[in-house]
Amino acid sequence: MAPALTLERVQKRFANGLLALRDASLQVSAGEFVSLVGPSGCGKSTVLRLVAGLDAPTAGRVEAPALANGASVQGPHDPRTSFVFQEPTLMPWATVFDNVWLPLRLAGQSREQARSAIGEMLQLVGLADFENSYPAALSGGMKMRVSIARALVTRPRVLLMDEPFAALDEISRNRLNADLLKLWSIHGFSVLFVTHSVFESVYLSQRVFVMSARPGTVVTEVAVDAPYPRDGAFRATTVYLDATRAVSAALEAAQGEVMP
Amino acid sequence: MSSNHWLRVLPWLSIALLLIGWEVGVRAAGIPEYTLPAPSVIARTLWENFDSLAASWRYTLRITFCALALACAGGVLVACAFALSRQVEAALFPLAIILQVTPLVAIAPLILIYVESTTAALLLCAWVVAFFPILSNTVIGLRSSDRHLRDLFRLYGASPWQRLRLLLVPSALPYFLAGLKISGGLSLIGAVSAEMVAGVAGRETGLASRILEASFRSETAKMFAALTLLVLTGLMIFGGFNLLSRRLLGHWHDVERH
Repeated sequence: MAPALTLERVQKRFANGLLALRDASLQVSAGEFVSLVGPSGCGKSTVLRLVAGLDAPTAGRVEAPALANGASVQGPHDPRTSFVFQEPTLMPWATVFDNVWLPLRLAGQSREQARSAIGEMLQLVGLADFENSYPAALSGGMKMRVSIARALVTRPRVLLMDEPFAALDEISRNRLNADLLKLWSIHGFSVLFVTHSVFESVYLSQRVFVMSARPGTVVTEVAVDAPYPRDGAFRATTVYLDATRAVSAALEAAQGEVMP
Repeated sequence: MSSNHWLRVLPWLSIALLLIGWEVGVRAAGIPEYTLPAPSVIARTLWENFDSLAASWRYTLRITFCALALACAGGVLVACAFALSRQVEAALFPLAIILQVTPLVAIAPLILIYVESTTAALLLCAWVVAFFPILSNTVIGLRSSDRHLRDLFRLYGASPWQRLRLLLVPSALPYFLAGLKISGGLSLIGAVSAEMVAGVAGRETGLASRILEASFRSETAKMFAALTLLVLTGLMIFGGFNLLSRRLLGHWHDVERH
């Protein structure tokens, strides 16, 4: 499969001199679900920002749809890349409908033009009845669903997720994981999913990249050879257990302690 | 919700008790009217002089609201300039602070010398005190937008105009309204203090002049009557902006939710 995004020997040094990434390489194929795990501050989020074109590398090569057509760090504008942050990052002054409308609105679509796409997306994340609610009236899990609907309403080719479920309780988290896989199987976008959780990364992904402590680099890649759809039973299979063990061991080697 | 109900009644009750205590105290102690008039006497004076006081009231209201409108326009414009350029902010913010920390009554006499029209001078004085809260609050508000939302706007290629209209203005609105609440009260205080300094006499005078005038004639009840109108004005401004703020923010801003 053709690569959807590529990082080749990327280095990122911030203006304050901090070296966040060194020599980091990874590739994600079109339609692939890939996770990135690593200790806190290892530069996982920086990788996402580089791929989204929100930051530029100090050395190395980044190829991603957001950077095509000469789009610069000042203003990438490829609606085919979407970003989901750890916080839902909704506009508190706007309804659920208007929040999901935002990417299309910025691309010049009127409310009427966008209506069917938004309605369909809210249906898919199970929030069809909440169009006119304000974020303040929603639970944490529901806000995250709005955030995902907003990310997917542009039909992205690449979905970047930065620990999106880390702040949720375990039940909401498991449900959102299952729902995310369902959406992914319907739409077939590529996912680069950053997480702290070894279990989450193995449950979701086809491949897991393990990063070392700062300055971060990709040290290992663990393949999870199990078919989709995956459900709760998958968590009891040997493939799952072997993969979590391998990822945990790689993390331990990378930083000297286990982070399940 | 009986405790909720009680909390609503309480402020009115304390005001009523104060007035009753005042009335009874003045009568019982036999305090003369020119020293401390009873509330009933003040109310009667207000009623009897209402026509002449109302003209002055209108004048004070006009100064107050014109100054507030100009402070809004100026504060928001300058705040936008600050938000667009750090250089402009570095160059002008100290001036705004100097304007803010100088006591109004200390510069009012100067303003009255330099500005020929008294009305314009009073307007300028009231504007000086009302301007800063709106400016500083709006500046903070324009900078307060969520970092990740700003990233999203960049990712989706928002134009500067879209960013201003859909992100910066809504983010700044609660801060601006908080500034407006403060400035509303301040512009009234500014209008009154400046007029006190000016000691205006003549055809067009505000409530402050009426208070001065009544004090020269030892018409204490009339002083209180004019003061009552000022207090009512202040309360109206406060209540009006509270209502406005709840209308605009009620459905999304935490502070305004019950």
